[in-house]
Amino acid sequence: MDFERFKYKRRLRFGWLLKMAWRDSRRNRSRLFLFISSIVLGIAALVAIFSLGDNVRTDIDSQAKTLVGADLVIESNKKVSSRIRPLLDSLGDQRSVERTFGSMIYFTKNDGTRLVQVRALEGDYPYYGSIETTPVRAARTFRNNREALVDKTLMLQYNAKVGDSIMIGDVTFAIAGVITKAPGRTGLSTTVAPPVYIPLKYLDSTGLIQKGSRIATSYYYKYNQPEVIQSVISDIEPRLEKDGLDYDTVEERKKNTGRAFEDFNQFLTLISFIALLLGCIGVASAIHIYIREKIASIAILRCLGVNSIQAFMIYLIQIVGIGLIGSILGALLGIVIQQQLPAVFKDLLPVQVTTTLSWKAISQGLISGVVISLLFALLPLVSVRNISPLYTLRLSVEHVRFRDPLKWLVYAVILFFVAGFTWWQMHSWRQAIIFTISILAAFLLLSLVALLLRWLVRRFFPTSWNYLWRQGFANLYRPNNQTLILIVTIGLGAAFIGTLYFIQDILISRVTLSGSGNQPNMVLFDIQNSQKDSVAVLAKQYNLPVMQQVPIVTMRVEEINKQTSSQVKQDTSSGYRSEAYEWEFRVTYRDTLTSSEKLTAGKLHGPIRSAEDVIYISMEDRYAKRIHVNIGDHIIFNVQGTLIPTVVGSLRQVDWQRVQTNFRVVFPTGVLEEAPQFHVLVTRVPSPEISARFQQAVVKIYPNVSVIDLNLILTVLDEVLDKIGFVIRFMAGFSIITGLIVLIASVLISKFQRMQESVLLRTLGASRKQILFITALEYFFLGALAAATGILLSMGASWALAKYSFNAPFTPHPVPVLILFASISLLTVVIGLFNSRSVLNKPPLEVLRKEV
Amino acid sequence: METILSVKNVSKTYQGAGQTLTVLNEVNFAVEAGSTVSIVGPSGSGKTTLLGLCAGLDRASQGSVELNNIRLDQLSEDERAQVRNRYVGFIFQNFQLLPTLTALENVMVPLELRGEKNIRSRSITLLEKVGLQNRMHHYPAQLSGGEQQRVSLARAFSNSPRILFADEPTGNLDVETSDKVIKLLFDLNHEAGTTLIIVTHNMELASQTKRIIRIKGGHLVADELN
Ligand SMILES: Nc1ncnc2c1ncn2[C@@H]1O[C@H](COP(=O)(O)OP(=O)(O)OP(=O)(O)O)[C@@H](O)[C@H]1O
Ligand SMILES: [Mg+2]
Repeated sequence: MDFERFKYKRRLRFGWLLKMAWRDSRRNRSRLFLFISSIVLGIAALVAIFSLGDNVRTDIDSQAKTLVGADLVIESNKKVSSRIRPLLDSLGDQRSVERTFGSMIYFTKNDGTRLVQVRALEGDYPYYGSIETTPVRAARTFRNNREALVDKTLMLQYNAKVGDSIMIGDVTFAIAGVITKAPGRTGLSTTVAPPVYIPLKYLDSTGLIQKGSRIATSYYYKYNQPEVIQSVISDIEPRLEKDGLDYDTVEERKKNTGRAFEDFNQFLTLISFIALLLGCIGVASAIHIYIREKIASIAILRCLGVNSIQAFMIYLIQIVGIGLIGSILGALLGIVIQQQLPAVFKDLLPVQVTTTLSWKAISQGLISGVVISLLFALLPLVSVRNISPLYTLRLSVEHVRFRDPLKWLVYAVILFFVAGFTWWQMHSWRQAIIFTISILAAFLLLSLVALLLRWLVRRFFPTSWNYLWRQGFANLYRPNNQTLILIVTIGLGAAFIGTLYFIQDILISRVTLSGSGNQPNMVLFDIQNSQKDSVAVLAKQYNLPVMQQVPIVTMRVEEINKQTSSQVKQDTSSGYRSEAYEWEFRVTYRDTLTSSEKLTAGKLHGPIRSAEDVIYISMEDRYAKRIHVNIGDHIIFNVQGTLIPTVVGSLRQVDWQRVQTNFRVVFPTGVLEEAPQFHVLVTRVPSPEISARFQQAVVKIYPNVSVIDLNLILTVLDEVLDKIGFVIRFMAGFSIITGLIVLIASVLISKFQRMQESVLLRTLGASRKQILFITALEYFFLGALAAATGILLSMGASWALAKYSFNAPFTPHPVPVLILFASISLLTVVIGLFNSRSVLNKPPLEVLRKEV
Repeated sequence: METILSVKNVSKTYQGAGQTLTVLNEVNFAVEAGSTVSIVGPSGSGKTTLLGLCAGLDRASQGSVELNNIRLDQLSEDERAQVRNRYVGFIFQNFQLLPTLTALENVMVPLELRGEKNIRSRSITLLEKVGLQNRMHHYPAQLSGGEQQRVSLARAFSNSPRILFADEPTGNLDVETSDKVIKLLFDLNHEAGTTLIIVTHNMELASQTKRIIRIKGGHLVADELN
């Protein structure tokens, strides 16, 4: 008999591997699906957020024109000089001018008064889009008559009809139409001061324009050939800058709106990503157990001649297959969620959002999801290569090496992927690395806790306790225990849920202004020098306390330490300073500190008595730090054309959370008394009725004075906070539910681990109650420890965020923390018990036959 | 006559707890193609270990194993897997069927792995020979121990191995079923002309082989013909 010489041929036989993967998964598909279900939500969230981002970007592109309403806007916060007038009048093919300022209006029909933003308009602006009104023609016709357009909410609030009259200053306007949508900024400011349009030609006769009034002017230009804008801009930019004028173009607006949105989008993406990571940990733990159970099958296959790569592939194919199904489900769900997002984020987005399918976003979400979950699955999967055929002869698991150098490679790739993904979103390696390291640290800490627990229980095993307790404790460290995996998944879930909760708490407490007690709730501003005293008297007549009355002078920075804006812009080494030159400072003057201020450096130098005295100003410490200004630095301010040289004499800490007028810069007395200025008066009104009557009186006598009812702002703030809170909860929901799924999956899988034992115990005659007790004890221990560690982690993270990101105090309330702890522990136990019910309710033999 | 298996100076030691445990000590023997051999000895004497080494499931600490003129100790794990697939068949005490595959699929696997033709019909023929034509599409969990062992017999012969290793093939079966399985094993073996190496406690089974190798404490103590 002759024989062939042995020659090794490495063949994969991919078709057969597919078939084997299919067969091997046959009895476990529902379980495999359970594993993968934990990534569905993460992928859904990613796809939804990516799609939202993609849509918003194209929407910004297509809507920027109507947001601006013109090809070029030049804006000024003060009267423009005669030097630049000819330039302003020569630009563009069509021109419009709009002057805006805050003022009170007065509804003659019912004596209603309210702060509004008056927009006095001349020309055909907007050139793109329109002021949407009912009736539609009103948006055109009001420009030629003594008519006004009034915001819809105002009309509702004061029960006004088209045709009614309003008074603005000394002029009465007929309401021509109701504004449903106007170009320009929306959001909080329009809620505090809703827009009212009037023709520009009546502005002077209102008598509201006086020296020191804060009026902004916008010049709108339309070009027949918009392509020329770029060259026009580079041509006029230096001259505009010299005169302190800002400009805005469609391109500029796209960029700015886009930038603001990207920050928001980044935040949402990271939250989704964390949900995905949480799911991935679930996947890794599930596959780990799946592979453990498959050791026998793999060893048999190896005996029959399957090589290590083939064995690995049979399982890889299953994971990829089921992962793909999970991802597609996730993407579908993501598309469904995407349709809801515009409603959820309605008031937080800059444009009207379309919900078109974005294949780019879907594939980005899908690929991210598949890659990351596969990487996590690889961790347990690489061990398949090491399963020896010898296992068929000897049933001891010790033969299986679950340690593998290749694992370290996978770990490295995972870390790199997480960092890379974060970088892709944040564009900053520093942030990406901090993010990755925090997650890694949380993971390591939880693993450490689990290992420590295992070690402690084993080391100090309560040998004298009764059987049930011993059995429950022993489950924590015996072979095939779930301690590590459950503690890490439950712990990370708890940490994440906790962090989101605390952040929300910090954000909300940061902006909660107390409308109660003796806090001021009404601010009168734009009070002229001459009206200062009589307004105070009027307040006293209404029995209202004058809680604060301060003068305000607006000014800009001209030079800091002899450097002008353009010098600073060229020399980038001077840091953040250039923003100081763009800011319009509202400055007051006094020689004392208020109760919300504290000196942190230098001293207040007191009044200026002669022209030779050095003018020492006081600056808010955080702002000084931001623009890199220190004690002793020289700053020249420009007050409506007059240059005032000063020296920084002190730094103050300011509590901005108090309802009070606070200032970044405070001058000493004796300098600004004669400068154009207005006064602010802060008071407290006891009831809405008195508020309304007082406002009417103020508007009648001092039409130029504006009144803000802080109660109104508080209500608006409340609404905004509610919306933000809702968004946070909405996004956190993905992680919380993912955490739950991972928890259920982990516990469910551990059921298969404990099944045989429980059945054995049952067979040996243990009662239902006893088995329940053992199971409950084990899961309670795991759940409680994981929840405690996770919550502690989240407290640490929140504390760091509060301190370094939000600059807010962090004082967690004990009750919600305890509730969180109790619910997670309890949930673990309940799910654990729920899963063991099949063992308890059926005859042992049936369970063994079916499940094994 | 051609030598199919040759074991030269084979030792197997385990390192553990600071001491070296010698499980097999300088074992030598050779098996001719087509013969039947049983390996007997007390529990813990090293029979299973020896079988594992001969079949290329494990590596010897010292010495060489030649199977079908191939030095197993010089091959990698994956190369040995291919040797097993081409030349070796297995029967285990606890059957070792793949639980997620039907009886028929279990028999088909070794052939599929080799990429052969007519896999299905050949496997069905084998299952008919072991009398399981009615249970082909059942999963192992749905079969009795005896039936499972018959499936594993069909699987062991499916790739027409040159040598068949069986570790306690009747260890988990009652006497009556044992007899049936043993009869089937020898019939199939006779028909295929395969070399058969059986590890067993069952002297009745051992007495049916042509040669009996006795080991004790890791040493080969006797090697006699029946
Ligand atoms: N991985 C290992 N590490 C240490 N010792 C081992 C290992 N595997 C086997 N042994 C020891 O080697 C010896 C021989 O084991 P083996 O399984 O070969 O005996 P056996 O003859 O098949 O016994 P039985 O008839 O009971 O099956 C035993 O003492 C066993 O404890
Ligand atoms: Mg043995």
